[in-house]
Amino acid sequence: MKNKVLIADDEPNILISLEYLMKREGYSVSVARDGAEALDAIRREHPTLVLLDVMMPGKTGFEVCQEVRADDELKDTLILMLTAKGRDTDVAKGVALGADDYITKPFSTKELVQKVRDLLAAKT
Amino acid sequence: MSRAGRQLAVVGGAVAATALLVGLWIALVAVLAWVPLPSERRDALFELLGPGLPAAVVALLVILGLVAAAMPPIYRRWIAAPARLLEQARVLAAGDTPRELDAQEASADLRGLAQVVSELARQRAQLRGDIAAQVEEASRNVEQERSRLAALMSELTQSVVVCNLDGRVLLYNNRARVQFRSLSLTPALADGAELIGLGRSIYTVFDRQLVAHALENIRQRLERGVANPSTQFVTTTRAGLLLRVQMAPVSSTNAEAGGEPTLSGFVLMLDNITSDFEQESARDRLLHGLIEDSRSSLGNMQAAVEVLDDPELDVSMRERFQHVIHEEVHAMSGRIQTLAAQAAQQMKTRWPLEDMRGTDLVAAAQRRIEAAYGLRAEIGEVDEILWMKVDSFSLLQALAYLAGRLVEEYGIKIVWLRLRPADSRAHLDLVWSGQAISSEAMASWEIDPIRVGSEVGSLSVRDIVQRHGGEFWFERDRARQQAFFRFLLPLTSAQEELNAAAFARHAGRPEYYDFDLFQVTGLSRELDERRLSELSYTVFDTETTGLDPSAGDEIIQLGATRVVNGRLLKAEWFEQLVDPRRPIPEASIPIHGITPEMLIGKPTIDEVLPAFHAFAQDTVLVAHNAAFDMRFLQLKEQTSGVRFEQPVLDTLLLSALMHPNQESHQLEAIAERFGVAITGRHTALGDAMVTAEIFLKLLPLLAERGIHTLGQAREAAQETYYARIKY
Repeated sequence: MKNKVLIADDEPNILISLEYLMKREGYSVSVARDGAEALDAIRREHPTLVLLDVMMPGKTGFEVCQEVRADDELKDTLILMLTAKGRDTDVAKGVALGADDYITKPFSTKELVQKVRDLLAAKT
Repeated sequence: MSRAGRQLAVVGGAVAATALLVGLWIALVAVLAWVPLPSERRDALFELLGPGLPAAVVALLVILGLVAAAMPPIYRRWIAAPARLLEQARVLAAGDTPRELDAQEASADLRGLAQVVSELARQRAQLRGDIAAQVEEASRNVEQERSRLAALMSELTQSVVVCNLDGRVLLYNNRARVQFRSLSLTPALADGAELIGLGRSIYTVFDRQLVAHALENIRQRLERGVANPSTQFVTTTRAGLLLRVQMAPVSSTNAEAGGEPTLSGFVLMLDNITSDFEQESARDRLLHGLIEDSRSSLGNMQAAVEVLDDPELDVSMRERFQHVIHEEVHAMSGRIQTLAAQAAQQMKTRWPLEDMRGTDLVAAAQRRIEAAYGLRAEIGEVDEILWMKVDSFSLLQALAYLAGRLVEEYGIKIVWLRLRPADSRAHLDLVWSGQAISSEAMASWEIDPIRVGSEVGSLSVRDIVQRHGGEFWFERDRARQQAFFRFLLPLTSAQEELNAAAFARHAGRPEYYDFDLFQVTGLSRELDERRLSELSYTVFDTETTGLDPSAGDEIIQLGATRVVNGRLLKAEWFEQLVDPRRPIPEASIPIHGITPEMLIGKPTIDEVLPAFHAFAQDTVLVAHNAAFDMRFLQLKEQTSGVRFEQPVLDTLLLSALMHPNQESHQLEAIAERFGVAITGRHTALGDAMVTAEIFLKLLPLLAERGIHTLGQAREAAQETYYARIKY
């Protein structure tokens, strides 16, 4: 079965790269452009993994993450947080709120792809 | 009885006693010889002695005469002289001044004794003198140390306030005064004097709990024996400022308690960090914005670039990724541009610069240059009101260095210093006549490490200029055949300039300290039971449009000063003209000298009274004919929203109490009686000062009458008041 990946980021310039990379890996990809949209998509599509940007209009990635973890149906969704905030306090907060992993912009695409692979492999 | 009379009595007594003794002796002999004889022998004896009887009587008289003659010297030597000596010795014992005891007519033993007594008295006087001198010396030293400390404090550029454990201020310096002015809610009215003053409570400014907490910290550290038991806290003030407060203990070593230091007060050092804090926050925001935005852009670009490496990418996708890169590069450049523009405004030099008066800087430069190279340095055009923000040490080094190179390489003999404002900065010029220097020389002079004499420093002129966030260049003035180096330097900001000016205005050293307040203990006793000498007073006076407040007369000037611990604090005053919102009667103008023009734009009484109320809090009010002034204040309670509920003393009533037989108790008359010099009479502050001095003269007189406490004084004054009404 193809793994479903949701990419939630408000910046089209990163969406295009992420979408390309995930498709190349052979995942089935959908995108969301703000927090609320991301939450809707997660509820609707039950993706295996979400690439979740922290700074989004409406709901932040932190809030989305928290709501997913609070929902019994969704709580097993894998979440990889993306952020431009590089402070260790932000990383700590993301992990505390339930992110499975955390990656800081700018990142190497190889590293990102590897992290996604590892997370999915650990799950199955 | 007179001395002669006493002598006569003694002589008479001696003669009579002698006569009596001789008579008794004869009678005894006669009886002893006569009684055993038979009667015929008695007759024979009688016949035998009978003819000698007149001779015997004469002999007796002669003896009595001799006794009478011998008595006066005996009296003087054995009776009068010892008595006199005793009196003198008593005087000597009771008094202070040593003197010789007069023992001329006394016996040799007594004279010796008198000498010994005199000698003892002399030794005692000498001892007393030594002790008095030592005490005087010691108190002079203490006074000197206090003055030295106060002088030192007043020169400090940091705000310092010293309080006793009750939180009463017992020392503050000039800087603190300026600082507290900025904490005042009504700085224009009370000048911050309602917040800081000797004997005032620090808790009007700082939260009592906060201070108590900090004190507790210090106590614990003291108990643990920490070497530096000071602590600090940051607090916001009512006026919205952010203050960093350092607190250090004042300990007094108590010998009885085994030398353990006990806490007797605390020192507060205040820093207004409001603007620092705002600047730093802005810088932080800028920095964080930059980091986040750049990370994001770089992330987008890196991802796109790495995808572009994929050989399987088709042409249309390739173009889309290239577009992403173009867009992000463009966005980043734009961001950096705006950032640079913003940062340039905020990027102040981090080097701590000091405020310095321009004229002082130029004078220091002149001395420095002349001392280092022996060339003449003259002061040209200097703007005297400029205040600079400089690191004067390094700047003076740079000036001296440049002058030195002019001497060594161009043989210049005389230079001028010039200082002028230029927009929001200043031009500081080092000018010389004649040859201009080459641009190569200029370049190297600017970047070579500076050296003064044989000392080579680590900084260049450029470094020093950068430290000031300034600029430096070389210009020639062909018309005057002059050349000059120009430093573009920062000025103090307007507010700081004001502070600095206020700082300079109090050049003298007024009464900013009162260490006796260390001894003041809890204020638990009722005011009425407290001693007059230990209370704080606000002595005030008003000038008014007329004498009848209920008929619409109004206050046009309010002046006040403070008396704390029996001392008039001339530096702590309140003076304010007041817009009466009504015309001033022409007839009253010659009395108070206040014209309608002077009151234009002044605050109204409803604005002034709250500030005065704050100034007078925790004190007893004193005024001359206080009932009059109080009536004006009371009629304004409704509109101003403040009530003056503290006790009031009236110098007029107190004076009437002390000198009931004097005709006049006008302020001038009392002042003359007490020898108080009258200056600035009929301004509210001038009269308040005179009243305060009179009040201080009245205090000891009241004490002589047994009036020691506030309650006693009020009661006594009340009685005279009724007495006056009756007459």
